[in-house]
This record gives sequence, structure tokens and C-alpha cells, in this order.
Amino acid sequence: MGTLSRADVAHVAHLARLGLREEELARLEGELNHILDQYAILARLATDAIPPTAQTIALENILREDVARPSLPVDVALGNAPDRQGDHLVVPAILGGDGGGG
Amino acid sequence: MSAPAARAAALERYEAVIGIEVHCQVRTASKMFCACAVPPPDAAPNTHTCPVCLALPGTLPTINRAAVEHVLTTGLAIGASVPPATRWDRKNYFYPDLPKGYQISQYDLPLAANGSLTVETSEGPVTIGITRAHLEEDTAKLIHAAAPDGRRVSLVDFNRAGVPLMEIVTEPDVRSAEQARRYAEELRLLLRAIDVSDAEMENGQLRVEANVSLRPRGTGPFGTRVEVKNMNSIRAVERAIDFEIERQAAALDGGEPLRQETRGWDDAAGATYVMRVKESSDDYRYFPEPDLPPLVIDAAWLAALRAALPELPAARRARYRALGLPAYDAAVLVNDEGMRVAFEAILAAGPGLPPKEVANLVTGDYGRALNETAERTASGLAGRADAASLAHVLGEVVAGRLSRANAKEVVAEHVVGGRPAAAVIAERGFAQISDADAVGRIVDAVLAANPAAVADVRAGRSQALGFLVGQAMKASRGQANAAVVQAAVRERLGRGGDG
Ligand SMILES: [Zn+2]
Repeated sequence: MGTLSRADVAHVAHLARLGLREEELARLEGELNHILDQYAILARLATDAIPPTAQTIALENILREDVARPSLPVDVALGNAPDRQGDHLVVPAILGGDGGGG
Repeated sequence: MSAPAARAAALERYEAVIGIEVHCQVRTASKMFCACAVPPPDAAPNTHTCPVCLALPGTLPTINRAAVEHVLTTGLAIGASVPPATRWDRKNYFYPDLPKGYQISQYDLPLAANGSLTVETSEGPVTIGITRAHLEEDTAKLIHAAAPDGRRVSLVDFNRAGVPLMEIVTEPDVRSAEQARRYAEELRLLLRAIDVSDAEMENGQLRVEANVSLRPRGTGPFGTRVEVKNMNSIRAVERAIDFEIERQAAALDGGEPLRQETRGWDDAAGATYVMRVKESSDDYRYFPEPDLPPLVIDAAWLAALRAALPELPAARRARYRALGLPAYDAAVLVNDEGMRVAFEAILAAGPGLPPKEVANLVTGDYGRALNETAERTASGLAGRADAASLAHVLGEVVAGRLSRANAKEVVAEHVVGGRPAAAVIAERGFAQISDADAVGRIVDAVLAANPAAVADVRAGRSQALGFLVGQAMKASRGQANAAVVQAAVRERLGRGGDG
């Protein structure tokens, strides 16, 4: 298989917000394509009769009743925060947007 | 050219193609995937978190049943279909508002698909297709600030992280800012009527985004799509879309290419601004969430939710129209829960009352009293009112025994004090004077006391007529039948139906 280009690797690294040097990109291009080659072997198997699944345990409809329980005290919640201002966690300002969510 | 004229000119050449995305906080006690309480809007930062919604290692999500049911109920209310089985997907992106580095959402198997909502517009009813409604978790809240050393930082509050959020996406069926506004209003009304959300835009329980593009009239392919965010009121939705239509038309006329981007609405400036260039759906690298079991929605579960659905706003408006109410009155009553409750209660207490009279009382004298007090009875009536008393007041008016002016006073006093209306009427000695001779005597006295006004009326200044009628009503302490007073004044001053 081996179809990932250097640009693909750089793009995925950007999405993961990883800053990679040229030699790291080159090494990862090789490693990722090697992994994809293993999947190519799996892809040779006949799986037409097997429905796709994202689960390995045969459970369904496990639901929780809508009952609130106490949360963590704020000092515990922020216990591992490298930096805090009042009761907020502080992170460096991120340029260029508001995330992708919502 | 004025803004509306420029817009009208743009819309002669271009057709707007608009899709609306609404994020709605469904009302639950606890968060989507953990048991933290959903924080009130004024909660102190980071007081509603736990290992699950902080994404600490080794934690697993569990699904809130009420949140799922709210989305299924919404699906039923918009006539959507529900897949027999659904699942959850991870939407991956890195941003400090997302503790796990992914948001649990639904990608290709939403809880509801292919519904619609019909809205009334100035150009008649428009049906807007709803592609899907799905469930996901909200993000943390970021405040952009400066650290004491001057560094630009973001302050993170995880209270909102993991609050259940329903996303409702329309087809690109919306063609104008007015249609978009009406859709947002009708959807908000529906979400409140089926009791799945308070849907207050001001505190972010309902967030409306619009995808706006233009295409030359008569052509098929869609133009470049711009996503507009940060519209924090229904009015902002309409203004922002109007602005964006004009901006895009001007760019296209000038041969300027449009970029696929996200723009924010600045309400004070009355303009949109670039927020970011949009990532493509592939960049979110959706994949099935392995930590949650699939959901199988069986017929019995859906049937129970369907049976619990209240009358929907559209059906309610149709029923009110069938009772003889004009469209305007029907809409006013259905839009205002306090008035709607009173209308239903008074009709039930006085089944013989003309519905139009009940609507007039509710939107008039009672509506005023409703706005003047925050107090509500157990059945949702204003102050200390009871439906039987309100029905009695109206019955007396309809029977001609109580003047409308006096009815207004009785309603106001009854709502505040809660004393039965009949007792208030008796105590105040309110009895409408409709007898032509009795009214005539009052009018004669008023005319004799106001020769200048009488001369004005005779000289053709008809405003003076209203003054004399008002004086006669006052002289009768509001008890005279206003219509009989009018007739008596006109008869004596020799003026017929004019004025
Ligand atoms: Zn939690």
C-alpha cells in the first residue's frame, strides 16, 4: 500500500498540533506507510459477510439515570494544573480561532 | 442606495441559499456522560467537574438517558425518522476547550433524521427540511485574557464541558433572513413546548449558526459557503444574514472570490468579521467511539415518548383558528405560555364564553396584570387569579351587566388580591348602565357642563366628541355602557356615524 505522502504526514501532524522537524517527518512517513502495509494484508481477507462493528463487547443500551452527584472541589479539579489564575486554569492563548467544535 | 434597497437589488440577481445549525442545551440535571450537575449560568468556575468531564486517564463515559430522550422527543416533534440503532463517534481536534482532544458526537447515525418545520412568513408558509438532530457534549468555556506578566493567555472553565448539547441541522432550504429568523423563533417555541430546553439565547442555551451562500438566480450549483456564528439574539440572526447577503453580493459583483470561512457577527458594528478558515470534515477524523455501547431504539420506547408529547405549537394555532380566533391572536397566545395557560383555563371554566372575547381579555386586561406581577398560582395564572373569577368577569361583560372599563379594574384587583371577582363587583357597586334613559341623563349633564366642547363638535372638530364621551364615562365611574354613551352623544349633537 504505502500511499501516505510527506504532505499527508505534515497535515496530520498539524491537526495533532505536533511540531515535527524534517527528519522526523521523513522517519514517520516511512513508519506510517509500514503500518498501512500491514492493513493492506488484512484488506486481502474476504469480509463481505461480516458486518462492520466498532464494539468488541456484546452490550447495548447501557444508560445512566439523570441524577446529579457531587463534583470535585475546585482545588482538587485544578490540582494538576501547571498554572492557574483564581479558579481558572491558564493555558497559552491559541491564535487563529475558536476550535472546531460546538 | 439604502441598505434595504441594496439588498433588494442584490436579491434580484442572486438567490440566497441558507442552512441553519442550532445547538441547544437540553434540560437535564446531570451532564451528558458523567454525573456532574449541569451548572447554573452563574456558577463559580471549575466547580462542576469530575474525572470524566476533565478527561483524566482511565475514565469512561456513561450515557444520560434523559438527554437521549429529549433528542428522540424532538425528532418526533419534527416528524423525523429514528434509526433502529445508533452509535457515537469521536470528532477529533485540538483546542483547550476540549479536554479529551475529541468531542463525543454522532456522525453518520444521528438520533433523528429527515424531519421538517413549517413556519409562517410574510410571504406565506415555508417548510424547511431538517436533515438531522443529534446529541453531543458541550465544550469548556474559554476567556481570553492577559496574565499578570502581560502574556496573552486563555482562562479555562470546565463547568460547561460535557453538558448535553443537541445539534439540529436544516437542509439548505432557507432563502431569506426573514425565513431564518422565523425558523429560529418557531424552533425555540417548539423546544420549549415539548419541554426539552429553556432555549434562552442570551445565556447560550440556544446558539444559532447559518451557512450562507449566493448563486445567480436560475442557476443550480451552490456558491462558496460562509458560516456565520455569534448571533446572540433572534434579531441578530436576521441582521447578520442580511448583512452577509449584501457583503457576498458586493464581492461577487466586484469579481472578488469568496473564501469558505467562518465569520462572527459583531452586533454593535452591525457587521460580520473573519474568525477562521474552515477545516474540512475529513480533518476531524471522525471514527466510532469504542467506549460507548450502541443504542437500540425500540418501538415501545418511541411509542412511550410519542404518547407523552404535548400539543405542538402548530396544532395549537390551528385549533385556536378553528375556535374563530384571527391568526394574529392565535400566534400571540401560543407564543406566550402565561397567556396560553390563562386562555385555556378561562375557556375551561366558562365553556359558553366566545373564544374571541376570552382572547381579548387574556391579551388585554389580563395580559397587563400578568406583566405587572412575577407571582404565579399553582396552575400558572398571574398573581392570585383563578380561572372561575376571570370567566365570571367576562361572562358579566358579555351579558351586558359589567362595563369593559369596570371589568379592567375588577381583573386588576382580583389578580393582585385573589378575592373572587363577584365579590369585587358587588363591593365596588359595579353594574353597567346600558339603559338609554339613564345614560341620556348623564350625557345631558356632561353636555351642559362643557359648552365649549359642544361648540367644537358643532363646528366639525370631532376630537371634542371623544372628550365628551370620556367625560360621560368618568361621570358614571366607568359604569356606563360606552357604546350607549357614544350613541347618546352623537344623537344629541346631531352627528351620525362619522367622527
Ligand atoms: Zn463530570
